[in-house]
Amino acid sequence: MKRFSELPAWLRWSLYAAVGVLLLTVVQTLEGTDRLTSVTSSQSMLRWAIPILLAGLGGLYSERAGVVNIGLEGMMILGTWFGAWGAITYGAWWGIVAGIVGGALGGLLHAVATVTFGVDHIISGVAVNILAPGITRFLSSEILTNIPGGSITQSPRVPGVGSATIPFLAGGTIGNWTTPDLFGWLGTQKWFFISNFANLLKGVMTRVSWVTVIALLLVPLSAWLLWRTRFGLRLRICGERPEAGEAQGVDVYRYKYIGVVISGALAGMAGAFIASPELSGIYLEGQTTGRGFIGLAALIFGNWRPIGVIGGALLFGYPFGIGLRDLDGSASHALILVNAIGLAAVAIWAFTRSKRTDTVLALVLSGIFALWYITTDVVPDVWINILPFVIVLLVLIFFAQRLRPPAADGLSYRKGQT
Amino acid sequence: MSSIVLVLSGSSPLRAFADMFEHASRLETMVDILNRATPLYIAGVAAAIGFRMNLFNIGVEGQYLLAAIVAAHLGAMVTLTPVLHVTFIMLVAVAVGAAYSGFAGVLKVTRGVNEVISTIMLNAIAISGLVAYLIRIWQAGGAIDPGTVQRVGTAPIPKSGLLPDLNVIVESLTRELRQGKTLTGVLLVAIVVGIGYHVLVNRTRFGFDLRASGVNPFAASVGGVPPKRMVVIAMALSGGVAGLVGLTEVMLTGYFAANPIRGLGFTGIAVALLGRNHPVGIVFAALIFAFLDVSSGVLQFTGAASREIVVIMQGVIILAAVVAYEIARRAREKEEAHAAAEAMVAA
Repeated sequence: MKRFSELPAWLRWSLYAAVGVLLLTVVQTLEGTDRLTSVTSSQSMLRWAIPILLAGLGGLYSERAGVVNIGLEGMMILGTWFGAWGAITYGAWWGIVAGIVGGALGGLLHAVATVTFGVDHIISGVAVNILAPGITRFLSSEILTNIPGGSITQSPRVPGVGSATIPFLAGGTIGNWTTPDLFGWLGTQKWFFISNFANLLKGVMTRVSWVTVIALLLVPLSAWLLWRTRFGLRLRICGERPEAGEAQGVDVYRYKYIGVVISGALAGMAGAFIASPELSGIYLEGQTTGRGFIGLAALIFGNWRPIGVIGGALLFGYPFGIGLRDLDGSASHALILVNAIGLAAVAIWAFTRSKRTDTVLALVLSGIFALWYITTDVVPDVWINILPFVIVLLVLIFFAQRLRPPAADGLSYRKGQT
Repeated sequence: MSSIVLVLSGSSPLRAFADMFEHASRLETMVDILNRATPLYIAGVAAAIGFRMNLFNIGVEGQYLLAAIVAAHLGAMVTLTPVLHVTFIMLVAVAVGAAYSGFAGVLKVTRGVNEVISTIMLNAIAISGLVAYLIRIWQAGGAIDPGTVQRVGTAPIPKSGLLPDLNVIVESLTRELRQGKTLTGVLLVAIVVGIGYHVLVNRTRFGFDLRASGVNPFAASVGGVPPKRMVVIAMALSGGVAGLVGLTEVMLTGYFAANPIRGLGFTGIAVALLGRNHPVGIVFAALIFAFLDVSSGVLQFTGAASREIVVIMQGVIILAAVVAYEIARRAREKEEAHAAAEAMVAA
């Protein structure tokens, strides 16, 4: 029997997912709801996860090149505006392209400030976050107000790029033929756990936007590009030991620029996705609501690795997706129990490694959540909005010391320094 | 650069600036600018305290909103004599802000959580969670006086809990203020905060330790400065000052509005950067940003340029300033290295 940590990453994460679904199934049975594992819940989880995933991947390119990018939020804001404007003016796909370009321009600004001028990365990121809403506001006042249905804070309807349903597994169509719907059939069988799992899988395979497909493909692509190519090795040396890279003849500034601009482009794509009909179907001022920051959190949660980023994105997208349709609050309430059980698991994990403080801390927190679950029937709806942030904090509290950021992440680099 | 944007948008930069300055020279506008600069200055000092120790308190935004709503609610519940009442409200605000940011400090030293990420998360938790929830359960509807505008917010604080405005001083120096303008009394608090910041950082042992830990934490800890305790104290101080930011609005209206002025925390960070964390520098930075904010309104009326240009200007100013500071720093370093080399050759 191989040790668990020696299993390949995709298998480990699949096992985590299976355990997670089992947990959700048990909890929702206790609560008497079906919202935690319904088809729509995984469908909206995926939709909400995509901007977080794209922003997180964006952060990956930037931070692997050694530049911390808290300007992701601002670049995402640029993406929402340019995405909406491009889609309205030239068509849905051009909207995505425009969003990418808009975000990349934001990234370029961050790169100029941090790489060329050596400004502190956090400071430059804060400046980008202040600048971006100003730019979009200005552009709206100049351009959107001249489009029928547009105003200074919002655009008219944004067209979408279309979607597809996977044939055979989720009942998509090939030509005019509607294929069998395997997961749909399994989902209606009321088999404990199997049907729930099938529902969730059907959700992520039904009416999937083409942009979502591209975003998901970017995960293996990024892993290959950053870890299996010469380009990736050079980019990563800039984030680990830029002096060593320079000694090998790597143009550190150039790779940092490339990393940060790609970062902005992906954040911009995330913004364009937010403005697309998949999520809003409209540009609205302030609609990113901190999702660029959550992307950054997904990156940290994922230990600066692509597969970890998508894990974080799905984890944070899940409560957002559920919160929208959870009108009576039963799903939000059930998620408290999930938290309590998760923390109890952390306590056991810490106990086996004889980390006494961690064990006690996790047990106490778990107890608080359990007590909250037992003593209440409904929870305020703000709870589900902040749940992703709470999860990030909890994960950091227990695992911050196990994370390994790129060694030179956030440090200003000057050519010729030793 | 801002001029470029103005020209691109087909308006005359000169006329826009002229309109803004002309407007700003009016007494009523000056009062507005001071009212806006007051919270920005306090927020700037809050951020600067962290910066002096290389701590990034991105959470000023969440800290001030949370502190303001708790202070306004508790302030409306108690009955005290005037001076005590105001003190009580301020202490509550400081305590809430300090506790909330101190939590981030504790997480940093005990669990190794980077304060940038934790304060960003705490911001979101405070703003879309705690404040959104508290405003719902503490909301007291209705108009203050029958016939006036409908207000939505926490219960009104009795008169004894509000800082008096400074109209008497302004009017004795100049003339009567028109349009019902009032100069906020929190301005005095901001001045006290500024002086306190200067004395604390530049004139006390604690301030020396703080700056030393910021420059070189290792050397400071060898010199007997407990690095962990310094982090927690600096974060708590920063958050405590941040707690006062929201009081400008609360003291003016007498309650915490359901839709309060937001963004002061983020702008405060920019103000601290522009003012180079210097107690007087932050004053100028806060005044510039307040001037831009307030006088942007006039552009709307004169039609010289669109009002949104101002937000871009603020962003450009801050970026240009940090780049300029960085270049200046590098030039100075080069000069120093040069001087040192020459001295060595001479010796």
